[in-house]
Amino acid sequence: MIKENKKLNAQMGVVIVGHVDHGKSSLIGRLLNDTDSLPAGKKEELESICEKRGVPFEWSFLLDAFQAERDQAITIDTTQIFFSSEQRNYVIIDAPGHREFLKNMISGAAQADAAVLVVDASEGVREQTKRHAYMLHLLGMQQIAVVINKMDKVDYDAKVFEKVSKESAEYLKSIGLTASHIIPISAHAGDMMATRGDAMDWYKGKTLIEALDAFGISSPPVALPLRFPIQDVYRFDEERILVGRIETGTMNKGDEIFFSPTNEKAVIKSIKNWPNDESLMKASAGQSVGITLDDRIFVERGHLGSSVKNPPMLSNVFRANIFWLSDNPLKVGNSYKVRYGTTEASVTVQSIDNLIDTQDLGQNNEAVEVMRNCVAEVTLRARDMLAIDSHEDNFRLGRVVVYEGYDVVGGGLINMDGYADQRQSAEPKSKNIYKVAHAVTPEMRAERFGHFGGIFWFTGLSGSGKSTLAVAVEREIFAQGLNTYVLDGDNVRYGLNSDLGFSPEDRAENIRRIGEVAALQAKSGTIVLSAFISPYNADRDKARAAAPNMFHEIYIKADLATCEGRDPKGLYKKARGGDIKQFTGIDSPYEAPMNPDLIADTQTNDIDTCVKQIVNYIKDNVMMNKHGDKNMGGEGRVVSL
Amino acid sequence: MHQYLDELEAQSIYIIREAYARVDPMAMLWSIGKDSTAMLWLVRKAFFGRVPFPLVLLDTDQEMDEVYAFRDRLTKEWDLPVINHKCPPEEDMDQTLPPMTRSAMRKTEGLKTLLTEHKFKGIVCGIRRDEQGLRAKERVFSPRSLEGSWDFKDQPAEFWDQYKTEVPDDCHVRIHPILHWTEIDIWRYMQRENIPLCDLYFAKDGMRYRSLGEKNLTKPVPSEADTIEKIIEELETTNRSEREGRGMDKETEDSFEKLRSQGYM
Repeated sequence: MIKENKKLNAQMGVVIVGHVDHGKSSLIGRLLNDTDSLPAGKKEELESICEKRGVPFEWSFLLDAFQAERDQAITIDTTQIFFSSEQRNYVIIDAPGHREFLKNMISGAAQADAAVLVVDASEGVREQTKRHAYMLHLLGMQQIAVVINKMDKVDYDAKVFEKVSKESAEYLKSIGLTASHIIPISAHAGDMMATRGDAMDWYKGKTLIEALDAFGISSPPVALPLRFPIQDVYRFDEERILVGRIETGTMNKGDEIFFSPTNEKAVIKSIKNWPNDESLMKASAGQSVGITLDDRIFVERGHLGSSVKNPPMLSNVFRANIFWLSDNPLKVGNSYKVRYGTTEASVTVQSIDNLIDTQDLGQNNEAVEVMRNCVAEVTLRARDMLAIDSHEDNFRLGRVVVYEGYDVVGGGLINMDGYADQRQSAEPKSKNIYKVAHAVTPEMRAERFGHFGGIFWFTGLSGSGKSTLAVAVEREIFAQGLNTYVLDGDNVRYGLNSDLGFSPEDRAENIRRIGEVAALQAKSGTIVLSAFISPYNADRDKARAAAPNMFHEIYIKADLATCEGRDPKGLYKKARGGDIKQFTGIDSPYEAPMNPDLIADTQTNDIDTCVKQIVNYIKDNVMMNKHGDKNMGGEGRVVSL
Repeated sequence: MHQYLDELEAQSIYIIREAYARVDPMAMLWSIGKDSTAMLWLVRKAFFGRVPFPLVLLDTDQEMDEVYAFRDRLTKEWDLPVINHKCPPEEDMDQTLPPMTRSAMRKTEGLKTLLTEHKFKGIVCGIRRDEQGLRAKERVFSPRSLEGSWDFKDQPAEFWDQYKTEVPDDCHVRIHPILHWTEIDIWRYMQRENIPLCDLYFAKDGMRYRSLGEKNLTKPVPSEADTIEKIIEELETTNRSEREGRGMDKETEDSFEKLRSQGYM
């Protein structure tokens, strides 16, 4: 009876990974043989194949089905084979151990519910052991068993087992993984696999089969917020059906569904259920469904359905911890196509924040490219606004696949720490707004003051010299008779923005307000010098949007080490000590301007040189006779009634 | 009950819809056997009763009479868009191949002429990983050159349900929506969904076909299973291979690899 029920359960996918020649294929062959899972005559067929090649009997031929694999005795591609224990059905996924075939290893491992990491008792943890373990970590694998194989070759010595077992556990721990079981086995002799054997009485833990049976099968994530990526829209007769697979959460007939990035919403009229005519009342994660809506809103492939209350973030920039599989290195400035769910977007690599060595876990934040089979944290910028979830919040959609041409060349987990939700209604909240035509034009003001107004937006890391330069420039041009004013943290944070903190959202709002104030001042004829870190391109773009023709972005350039060395306010020290959270450059990103109007390099130049450079630039742009092509605004500005 | 069948079904429907959204024009190979007929049912589920691309029988005139009759019946009942595509004659095949492999090559060559004639960019195909060691190494979206050849030493990376859906001109992609199903899954699904099936699968006079191929390449196996229930019961206990009755797999150790690398399904 138990046997009957087990057959109706889902198969559990188990991937076997590890360094080349540590015995992955043999382990699988032995497992199938000892659980009576081989078809009749299979073992005899393999025996004759080995005999023909004049090699001793080799289980790996069971999985290495290609001639090339058999002839060279290596596994090239991942494969799957089915077997059952007394408890349940399994799909065993064999993954090649050669570094060369990492993409095949990933293709196999990504389908598994659990992993067995095979380590040779006499060789211990090797290069691919580490790389594979790191890949399991990046693939989000939670259930891992380590087997220390070939115990027969080390005379079943408990001391050898302890040493290798400790070494394995330590590496896993260092990358945030835990092995549920570490088991000494001999795939060759069959010890501690399906049966205990009698060679290792000193080991009291589970056999491999017992360990596998103790793992759980991941169930669909119904408890997470609803995410319904639209796969396609079918129009049949008068009906318009939105199809897709519910990645997470649950939907009910009659629910309001909200779409990103369009901010459209409608009510679910029916959940189709062919061949029955009646609508389903409810559908949940894992189901491929088709729904109709009560309203004809614009929805297409790539849009993401959610509840109104709990939508994804909108952002045109995100960070990802990626593995790279292409022969062409990933470089800053390169553009790629990425996909997650049914979303496809073009992105540009804005920065390589950290290159991670999977061997010693060394980190390198100066890297300019990511080579094949390497792992790195990168910042990617999209042209359009994307509906995006962190992997931490949504493990189904918070992962991205990178394409180069037609090929999948990378993948990674999305991390939105420190990035603000950019979802904002494009319309002003107040509806009673009318344009007022101004009777005084910018030219008339310039005529009176001797110069036009303008916004000179200094951006850079804390300690790069923004405030110092702004104050010095203000003094200099004021002395030359120009009308100028510095906006900085002191005169904004205590008044206008006293209600704002330092969360990503508050920082975005802080910059938005400053942008608006700067625009008003500049239009009244003032040369505004603003000195804020303003770390995100998106926020500076918004500030620019308030008065695009008057806005000049000045990048005050100094690298993190230099700024941290200066640390005029002792803030870096506090941030390093954990007293300040989300400090730019430390645990919150700084996005350097991509095309600044001016770069003042305070790392190589002294203050006076930089002041002169900026003063000259300002005068070039605001003086009446140098006015040039820039349209200085003057359209009727909106005011709220 | 049978929640795992729901999961298999949902994944297959996802793949079929993904192919339809990404690959154009495409067609599906319908050999009239149990796997491709179950897959046809999944297609109808994915598109709410419609079949929005042609179904192709690669016809060698060697199918069994019951197979042709079943095709005609379903085509009419379900109003199916069927292309009956004739394969080139056996004389045109490489004569150095073993006889059964040579005969199976006709389907491969038929597929090539189909692709040339119709310029399909995608071919949906009902193979499963548990059938055979080489098929176990397949991807869900598997690119092929014009010649149909399979570059199995350099298959695309495939993970997180993101596929290689685009290929250069002159190439096409094979789409395998039921790759992750097993033989018994197909039968349980047939039973649950009440999908019609060719009679040859059911035992008559102590023999039945477990896998359907052409007359000259396929033999029935001993069995008393004359209902779906009995077939499922039989499969739960057997350890005999599904393709036991298929001659061309084992003429030589690598005969099936040769067939597949040159474009066989």
